[in-house]
Amino acid sequence: MAEAMAISAHESVDVGRPGGTPPAGAAASRRSAWLGQHMGTAALAAVVGYTIGHYVGSSFANGYEHVAASGQNDVANVLALTLAVVGWLLGSGALNYPMAKLVGREPAPEVEEKGVGRYFRYSLDHKVVAMQYVIAVLLFLFTGGLLAMAVRTELLSPTTHYFGPGTYIAIVSEHGTMMMMMATSVITGPIAGWLLPLMIGSRRMAFPRVEAFSLWTFIAGYMVILTALPFGGFPTGWTGYAPLQTQAAGGMDSYLVGFVVVGSGMIAAGFNIAVTIINYRAPGMTWSRLPIFVWSLLAVASLLALATPTLATGCLFGILDRTAQTSFFVDQHGGSSFLWENLFWFFGHPEVYIMALPGFGIVGEILPVFTRKPLFGYRVGAAGMLGVALLSFFVWQHHLFQSGINPDMRPLFMLTTELISIPTGFIYLTAMGTLWKSKIRFEVPMLFALALYFNFLLGGISGVYLSDVPVNVTVHGSFFVMAHFHYTIMGGLIFAFFGGLYFWLPKMTGKVMNKKLSLIHFWMMFVFFNATFFPLFIVGLLGQPRRVFEYAQRLQGLNDFSTISAYLLASSFIVFTINFAWSIFIDPKPAASNPWDSLGLEWQVPTPVPFENFERIPLILADPYHYGEPVPTPVADLGVPAVALAGSGAGGGSGPSGFSGAVIVDAEGGASDV
Amino acid sequence: MARQHANAANGASEPRHARRVVAMWLVASAIVDPLFYFVAGPHMPPGDMTSSAAGAQFDFNVLTMAALPVIVGVWIYGAYTLLTWRAGRGGPDPVTTPTSRSNIRIQTAWIGTTTVVVLSAFVFGTVELVVPAGAGGGEGPQPIWTPTSKTVLPVQVIGQQWKFTYRYPTYGGFESDKLVIPNDTTIAFHVTSLDVVHDFWAYQLGVKADANPGTDNVAFTTTRADGKVTVRCDELCGIWHGAMYNYGEVVPKSQFQRWATSTEASLASATKLLPPFAWSYTPSANGAGGSYYPDNVDVFSKTQVYGAGAVTAKTAASKSS
Repeated sequence: MAEAMAISAHESVDVGRPGGTPPAGAAASRRSAWLGQHMGTAALAAVVGYTIGHYVGSSFANGYEHVAASGQNDVANVLALTLAVVGWLLGSGALNYPMAKLVGREPAPEVEEKGVGRYFRYSLDHKVVAMQYVIAVLLFLFTGGLLAMAVRTELLSPTTHYFGPGTYIAIVSEHGTMMMMMATSVITGPIAGWLLPLMIGSRRMAFPRVEAFSLWTFIAGYMVILTALPFGGFPTGWTGYAPLQTQAAGGMDSYLVGFVVVGSGMIAAGFNIAVTIINYRAPGMTWSRLPIFVWSLLAVASLLALATPTLATGCLFGILDRTAQTSFFVDQHGGSSFLWENLFWFFGHPEVYIMALPGFGIVGEILPVFTRKPLFGYRVGAAGMLGVALLSFFVWQHHLFQSGINPDMRPLFMLTTELISIPTGFIYLTAMGTLWKSKIRFEVPMLFALALYFNFLLGGISGVYLSDVPVNVTVHGSFFVMAHFHYTIMGGLIFAFFGGLYFWLPKMTGKVMNKKLSLIHFWMMFVFFNATFFPLFIVGLLGQPRRVFEYAQRLQGLNDFSTISAYLLASSFIVFTINFAWSIFIDPKPAASNPWDSLGLEWQVPTPVPFENFERIPLILADPYHYGEPVPTPVADLGVPAVALAGSGAGGGSGPSGFSGAVIVDAEGGASDV
Repeated sequence: MARQHANAANGASEPRHARRVVAMWLVASAIVDPLFYFVAGPHMPPGDMTSSAAGAQFDFNVLTMAALPVIVGVWIYGAYTLLTWRAGRGGPDPVTTPTSRSNIRIQTAWIGTTTVVVLSAFVFGTVELVVPAGAGGGEGPQPIWTPTSKTVLPVQVIGQQWKFTYRYPTYGGFESDKLVIPNDTTIAFHVTSLDVVHDFWAYQLGVKADANPGTDNVAFTTTRADGKVTVRCDELCGIWHGAMYNYGEVVPKSQFQRWATSTEASLASATKLLPPFAWSYTPSANGAGGSYYPDNVDVFSKTQVYGAGAVTAKTAASKSS
């Protein structure tokens, strides 16, 4: 985070200027991109860092008898992974700018980048970063998905085993952790990264370097968590409960370091998104005109920034327990296993809304376009998102209902948990109100949006069972929970992610996805998602605990049904991948600049979107939901000259000084004093 | 919800959509709720072998009775709107009126209804938690909701990687690897762990409590019927978590008495070797599952080794000499 803070301090000169200045290119030169710093040099530096860290760790820690006796050296593991990440950031050029500033040199002038090479570099263009995110997220998702297939394969039979128990638990843990890491950024990275500036009439994110930092730590986190497998995996699941965590072998270090790495990117992203929304809105973009997706991002940003530090702290405690022999979580030495449970879930519950809320935002954008009606109950919807975000900090102990911790608090946590269904209900209210007397076009994004409402209904209502303490006695820790959160996260977030991709890819890439393949993808995903996870509610109610490789013989039928459906669900992603590769790379067909006939600001700019997004910072005239009017109010005036904006009452509030786009703040001497 | 709003805006020729949706919803709810409660309800898990199991089953059924109309309502509403106003039917373009952006009456009604439902669920859940003495869930070392019954049989459940054992303090503290409990008796399960966090889930008993090292987690239930019980570990505890299960039995009181006294006698010599009965245990260096910090070894010693490594080191030393 030190580098992130350094960047923020400098970049803050630009805060408060609506629209901001154009994003600068990476610190680079006019040489060929391949001679500069890019993903290759980053990987190389990561390998060097890993080697140095492992050597240093081994040389000063292998004298400890307990290390020698146990055959593993957590100090070396942690140092190796940490230096690998530092090397990755150094090699990618992430630290060039702050380091130059630290030693008092002016960084090299920055230029707009062109060509494919920029997608492999530490780019500061939010549109490039977002496309890097798309690929990174899909890689994360599909790796986690393959692990899920392995899990389901093992569960084909209660007695015949495809994996040893150690391998199985390593796969389960790796699947859970990877998916959770991926889901923190699946929308805030690719979709919000691309759209947020466009939706609020800005030319960039508030802190382009911090945005890129989030991406590169996200990728580093992917690699760190993958190293758990060669270390033998870790046996704790994604929840990492201590003291099992303290007892576990070397793979656990990857989990702890991985979450710290991904966590720092999440914290950075949270601040970046919040500052962008608060300070970079174009003039006229008042709070009541903000697209609902931006409201969801504001709620998510607050959760990212406030909840993630708890996780990072917990993981640092865990690292200390394993390397420096502290006893934060060791009961016999005055620590407590409850400490980890509390730290973890204090992050863990806001985390699930980090995953749910952006999905609600996306479907809130999709519905009005395909119903040709304004979003019903816009204020209630926005309030609902903020309400969910606020309440999510007060519910964490519902994960610990049977743990034996303060039973007197159970009614309170039952109440707060059930209260969350009120603001969540607002999301349904907005959807149902919008559908009424509308004109519904069943385009692919709309199908995904409707599927979210279908899935999340079951996911949300099963959550009420879990929040009810007496029923929780039966369902806690069973496959019922597992089905519940797959219904909310996969059925909600991942459906929203794909809906959002199909909706915005024409603008993001300027190319059309093949409609037939998209429909096949949707229907396979929707049908087999439900076929995979609905039986697991029943399996859980009938007594199958999570993360087991052996279960009752009588549950084999349901488990097999689920496994076969899971294979078919996975093949729907093959259809998607073929479609994506074919339509975007192999045989691209140009997209219209506004194929869905949307009123959203992001659709009013030409395709491909220019480097600076808007030629002039737009003057926002209305919210983007003026459908169903004989002459729809345009969302913004895009051609307004800077002078005319002087008295327009900017959303961000500090006047038009940054509008011309000519001010390169980064190049101004003394800017770092601010 | 959005239904009254439609009524107000209805033209004469337009069918009364809101009324139709409400009617369909009422009919469907009137069918599914009793159907569930009377047909499926008595078979819902976890059965009614104990007070807490029966309580969980009842609560599950009540929640389902509340949930089904909500699910069915959203489905009917969704199906109706999607079929009626799909673009393929070529209806008129929607005309935006002030009420299509927001409608205070509907929004208030929605918020009011959901709040009432949620608060009822909370009150119901709290009563069902407090009255039956914690509903079978682990209440920690100082339970605040205790059973009214004067005679409570304490049974200690010890979780360790990867096994459950049971100690009976009122019968000399013998340790059994099979859970046997008497029928028609209030049982206090004292759940603890010797190593990592486990979870004692006696499915048919409707009891679940985490086994934490160094902590006595108490859960109550009252048995009502004889039968077999499956016990599974429900908190991930390492690689053999999936194999950490065993079975138990609820037997008539007299049979339990015979079993307990005879087992106590036959195990008397073994019980002497066990650590004295306590509500929680600090594992020793030789403790099951291994301990991270054994009490009798200097962690920073240059000469002492312990644990799995100790064996190999000693073997290696003896071989080389």
